[in-house]
Amino acid sequence: MNNLEKKILEKISDLHAIPNGAFNIRKNGELFERNSTKEINIIPKKNKNGIDVIVSPNVQNKSIHIPVIITIGGLNDLVYNDFYIGENSDVTIVAGCGIHNKTCKTSVHSGIHSFHLKENSKVKYIERHIGEGNRESGKILNPITKIYLNKNSEMFIETSQIGGVTSSLRKTFAVLKENAKLIIKENLLTNDKDYAKSFFKINLLGNHSSVEITSHSVAKNNSYQEFKSNLIGNNECFGHVECDGILLDDAKIISIPMINASNKNASLIHEAAIGKIAGDELIKLMTLGLTEKEAEDVIIQGFLLGN
Amino acid sequence: MLELKNLNFEIKSENTSQNILKNINLRFENNKIYVITGPNGSGKSTLVKLIMGILSPNDGEIIFNNKNITNLSINERANIGISFAFQQPITFKGLKVRDLLDIASGNKNDFNMICNYLSTVGLCAKDYIDRQIDSKLSGGELKRIELAMVLARKGKLNIFDEPEAGIDLWSFENLTKIFSSLKNSITIIVSHQQKILEIADEIIMLKKGEVIKKGSLKDILPFIENNKCFKLRGNNE
Ligand SMILES: Nc1ncnc2c1ncn2[C@@H]1O[C@H](COP(=O)(O)OP(=O)(O)O)[C@@H](O)[C@H]1O
Ligand SMILES: [Mg+2]
Repeated sequence: MNNLEKKILEKISDLHAIPNGAFNIRKNGELFERNSTKEINIIPKKNKNGIDVIVSPNVQNKSIHIPVIITIGGLNDLVYNDFYIGENSDVTIVAGCGIHNKTCKTSVHSGIHSFHLKENSKVKYIERHIGEGNRESGKILNPITKIYLNKNSEMFIETSQIGGVTSSLRKTFAVLKENAKLIIKENLLTNDKDYAKSFFKINLLGNHSSVEITSHSVAKNNSYQEFKSNLIGNNECFGHVECDGILLDDAKIISIPMINASNKNASLIHEAAIGKIAGDELIKLMTLGLTEKEAEDVIIQGFLLGN
Repeated sequence: MLELKNLNFEIKSENTSQNILKNINLRFENNKIYVITGPNGSGKSTLVKLIMGILSPNDGEIIFNNKNITNLSINERANIGISFAFQQPITFKGLKVRDLLDIASGNKNDFNMICNYLSTVGLCAKDYIDRQIDSKLSGGELKRIELAMVLARKGKLNIFDEPEAGIDLWSFENLTKIFSSLKNSITIIVSHQQKILEIADEIIMLKKGEVIKKGSLKDILPFIENNKCFKLRGNNE
């Protein structure tokens, strides 16, 4: 790996070198390096791009890294990754895609991920998206995430896309069985003419299943964001969506709630607050010596990192 | 030294205008504690916000250490040593106590420094250093963090707008100790608290936007007693 590739790897996965344990590094549309362990088996798909990741039952505190590095223009990369998590296992999966595109041709990465969690298993899924290089060229990411949570399983998702990605369409689908729990934290920043859409459809099928989605987003310049969520409660369940957005310049954010409760014991909430940075927050930081611009940056950074 | 010369502040709405502060002339000297008191709505917060630059006067001048600062921005005033504790502390989303203390002091503090600032205001550092400054903190906790930020600035002119509000579980002795410990600076406190008035070198009484009396507690007390709509608060109120 060259220095640029190492830097991208670090930004999307905090890795300084090839990791220990299970990993699959994909570079410019091809496998770069892969490693399976006794407990975590990574098998390439036969008929299409992608991998099956099979985690044995009772695996505790192990991590799986599956970074994607793109340093060329004109690439259209479509990958299918499926994760099967065994009963009582507890693992962290670090995904992420960094596009460094210096050319004037658009590069696209679409990661189609599915997660199948067996009973009592737990997954922490961290996904970071970055785009850099020529500001004019397209850096497009269109992830689709499908989540199947069996009884008593839990998934915690942290996704962030802090600038540089010119266009993204993120779709997340989940089905939760009895007592299953899903927590999603999404952090998003768009610049220039960027365009980011995020769409969630969560089906709370099982008794006492719950989902919490917190989205913190900042839209600058002429960028456009759309947040849409559809919570379906078919049982005694709990769902909470909080969509908090900061608008700067001539940007636009649209939040569309949909709540579909078909059981009287379903408790589903969608909260959205979108507006400019609060004037009194800026004033407070200015009394501590920051210029208005510095204060704005501190507020935005806290808002995105503090979620 | 801080001098306010002929300060006027009015609020204009469609067809009326309201004089909030009228012809304020005051001098504040180094190493002295000044307490501004007066009924609710008399213009105390407005006056101290003019000094910090949060509001601008319609006319008049503000001179700080021989420099006319009337047209300086808030942060320019902060950077020449003016600091301000808000009557209603501001909350944020995602910023931690540690972050704001670092910004306030202008550098990254180690745990011991932060511990110093927080323990002075009666908070245990390890419980608060990583807490977010949001509405999950109580009013009293926010007020104390607000004080800690002013301490971290090490300013030359420290302004506190009703610092005693909500510090219920803590003692006035501790609060007055903080004010008395601020050396080599001017201290201006907006307060109704007898205990705080007692440590003042000079008390300034405002009413309906005007200074109606200046002097020691002894000079001021008869005025307060004559004023039907204004009472000082004792220790337990
Ligand atoms: N933004 C504002 N718009 C209209 N009136 C205001 C505004 N801010 C303060 N005032 C009025 O100015 C007067 C002084 O307010 P303030 O300085 O907050 O008083 P104090 O701090 O002494 O209680 C009050 O009558 C208040 O209603
Ligand atoms: Mg006030």
